[in-house]
Amino acid sequence: MREHIVSPKIYYTIFIALTVLTVVTWSVAKLDLGKMNAVVAMTIAVIKATLVVLYFMHVRYSSRLTWVFVGAGFFWLAIMVALTLSDYMTRGWLTIAQ
Amino acid sequence: METVAEITPPRTHYLNATYGVKSWLLTTDHKRIALLYLASVTFFFFLGGLFAAGIRIELLTPQGDFVQAETYNRMFTMHGVVMIFLFLIPAIPAVLGNFLVPLMIGARDLAFPRINLLSWYIYTVGALFAVLAILFGGVDTGWTFYTPYSSTYSNGNVILTGLGVFVVGFSSILTGLNFIVTIHTMRAPGLTWFRLPLFIWAHYATSLIMILGTPVIAVTILLLALERLAHVGIFDPALGGDPVLFQHLFWFYSHPAVYIMVLPAMGVISELIANMSRKRIFGYKFVAFASLAIAAFGFLVWGHHMFVSTQSVYAGMVFSFLSYAVAIPSAVKVFNWTATLYKGSISYDTPMLYAFGFIGFFIIGGMTGLFLAALGVDVHVHDTYFVVAHFHYIMVGGTIMGYLGGLHYWWPKITGRLYSEAWARFAALVIFVGFNLTFFPQFLLGYMGMPRRYYAYPPEFQVLNVMSSAGASILGVGYLIPVIYLIWSMRYGPHAPANPWGAAGLEWRTSSPPPTLNFEQVPVVTWEAYEFGDPSENAESRMENRG
Ligand SMILES: [Cu+2]
Repeated sequence: MREHIVSPKIYYTIFIALTVLTVVTWSVAKLDLGKMNAVVAMTIAVIKATLVVLYFMHVRYSSRLTWVFVGAGFFWLAIMVALTLSDYMTRGWLTIAQ
Repeated sequence: METVAEITPPRTHYLNATYGVKSWLLTTDHKRIALLYLASVTFFFFLGGLFAAGIRIELLTPQGDFVQAETYNRMFTMHGVVMIFLFLIPAIPAVLGNFLVPLMIGARDLAFPRINLLSWYIYTVGALFAVLAILFGGVDTGWTFYTPYSSTYSNGNVILTGLGVFVVGFSSILTGLNFIVTIHTMRAPGLTWFRLPLFIWAHYATSLIMILGTPVIAVTILLLALERLAHVGIFDPALGGDPVLFQHLFWFYSHPAVYIMVLPAMGVISELIANMSRKRIFGYKFVAFASLAIAAFGFLVWGHHMFVSTQSVYAGMVFSFLSYAVAIPSAVKVFNWTATLYKGSISYDTPMLYAFGFIGFFIIGGMTGLFLAALGVDVHVHDTYFVVAHFHYIMVGGTIMGYLGGLHYWWPKITGRLYSEAWARFAALVIFVGFNLTFFPQFLLGYMGMPRRYYAYPPEFQVLNVMSSAGASILGVGYLIPVIYLIWSMRYGPHAPANPWGAAGLEWRTSSPPPTLNFEQVPVVTWEAYEFGDPSENAESRMENRG
């Protein structure tokens, strides 16, 4: 199997990026943005997770098949969230006749 | 089975290549690891059966007189935990799958032999936690661990049992990972995806569920432990949590887990039906894709366990509809197996008896699953013995029949020995009778309103309960008979030829038992799946005709 050698420079860059984003999360948490609190925090978290998956887990340098499997993992996570919310978000939609 | 007068077994094979305890405990041979798993899951099958015996003895009489209510709760919980996590989930993939996946695709081993061994050790460690929990008194939450009872109120060994389930999950993930990589990368030359045996398709689909679903149950147990130990409010309303969230997360894994149990059995049945009626499976591609469809759609139906758990009516309707949809690929398989039999040259040897049993039980189990997926009916029969009967028809009538059918079919390959066909048919018959007598009355009990998980019941339910307990003792005997004649055959059984059934498939093109590296030469596949007659000859003559 082909091994892709990643230079330490990239690892350090990603590490610094992750550290900076952690600090950003922490600082933003001190501001009250109302509804945007969760949105901002989740956006930063998703960016960080993406960096880890792409570089630390080498997915960026991997085959298309690996991309399919990684994609499937996230798609299944989306299924879990979406169908769970299909319960919570629709609790008042239909009522049972008394 | 063909009776061949004199069979000379291969001089060295995987069983006698090396000797000693160490050669087994440190083996990386997938065939030996399969046997390690066989010993483990057999032990836990009978341990789980012991708890079932306790349940059936208590239910002989309407009063709670054999054990106390609390003990009864612990018995049915440990029965469920042991049977599901330590037997049903690993049974077919880790024993038959481990043994057969490399053989069927013409590979020398799985892609990661050491990870394969690791998975058995992880299983053993997780199982030890569960055994410890039993020794310390067990758990009383039911195998479903519903919150907030499990996270706040139960005084059983929830953490220890949960830890066991958590750890065993990783063995399942590693097995799935190993199968997927192996099937993608190690198929023999010429063995294209649509030439693969359907057993392989079924195991591929199962592996997908294992790696996509199992992490969720792990995280859910972790959250449960966090709440129980550190009182972080996640599921307990008193701590600000939401108990229904636990059910969503739990069933996101645990419904697909049913397909982890039954898909590999379907793979076995496809092999049995094709080979024992000597016909290519009717609609091969449909059966292959049905496995993938079941694996994918199986993730979209979990809410059918929550129709009466304050889940929204809208979500209930969606989950109900999707549950009906998942019946379609299951029905495709049943219809295609049946169509395969048409004009087949059917033999009624033991494995085929189990295959017939599987089809009948799976139809009953599947159809009653549709009753339960109907919103209105489910309100009536939810948490009754109707549900218990339904899932035992799938898990015992489906998975265990498939497992036993497969074990009998590949036993000559695994051990190089033949067992007594007469005893084997007799045991299959005893199991068939015992199974129906145990579980059919439970449909009636449930429909009449007997709830599950109680140690006492109104006197009018006694006759059916006595029938069920009587059936269970017959079933127990039926399961013990194969243990005796199979162990006997390992020592005294006649030597098996390489291909005792005249079956198609690469695993029959090497000696019984196979050499450590499976094949003397890597096979080159020039024929389709389930091509009967001598496929290599057919292929050669076809080449000549073309030539
Ligand atoms: Cu389900």
